[in-house]
Amino acid sequence: MGFHLAKDAGGAVVVRVDGQLIVGNRQELKDLINGGLDKGERKFLIDFARTGYIDSSGLGALVSLSKRVRELGGELRLSGLNEDLRSLFELTKLDTLFAIADTPEQALANF
Amino acid sequence: MPSEVACIEQTVSLVTRHCLSGAAANDNLRFRLQVALAEALANAVVCGNHEDPAKSVQVEAELCTDHIIVQVTDEGRGFDPEQVPEPVHPEHIAEPCGRGLFLIRKLVDDVHFNEQGNSICMTLRRR
Repeated sequence: MGFHLAKDAGGAVVVRVDGQLIVGNRQELKDLINGGLDKGERKFLIDFARTGYIDSSGLGALVSLSKRVRELGGELRLSGLNEDLRSLFELTKLDTLFAIADTPEQALANF
Repeated sequence: MPSEVACIEQTVSLVTRHCLSGAAANDNLRFRLQVALAEALANAVVCGNHEDPAKSVQVEAELCTDHIIVQVTDEGRGFDPEQVPEPVHPEHIAEPCGRGLFLIRKLVDDVHFNEQGNSICMTLRRR
């Protein structure tokens, strides 16, 4: 379980979630994104292609991060959600709050 | 399990492995069990026991031919599940919290609480 951080050629910060995004590690993700914001980064992509499951605390962390990124003039996008993970966003209607792409490549195009 | 959020993932893994071993289980059942149990454990550890190291969370699983019953009990005072606001109401969608019980209700086939409100019992059918 962990987070893999990289920077896209176009300048976006890409965070890959390996394992779960749950109450036990959501603060680590928040610290990563907030650290990027503090350094002036404004484009963020969180990729879930290697994620098992997300709990409501993880969803909540994404909501608060997206809000902060937007307030600072940036954008946070999501990618790589399988059918089960996508259902969590649809059930909670969070799919209406996020730009969700099938792959990181699609999310990073025109970012 | 101890009242530590760091123990939740390991407990979910342990229970899921035992509940779904030796029986046909599709990936969706595994996913629903993982998320519902993670939610119930987080509620028990954080809201019920307030991460008090002197308190523990009890997890019981009953494996039946066509369904699984998982019960999670904490040592807290309990809560009234009927008083939890609907998180998909337009004014709550962008809130950072409040989706846990809603997700459980959506992911499992039956859910009920004891009278005190400190024990949740979830049933998932092996469909």
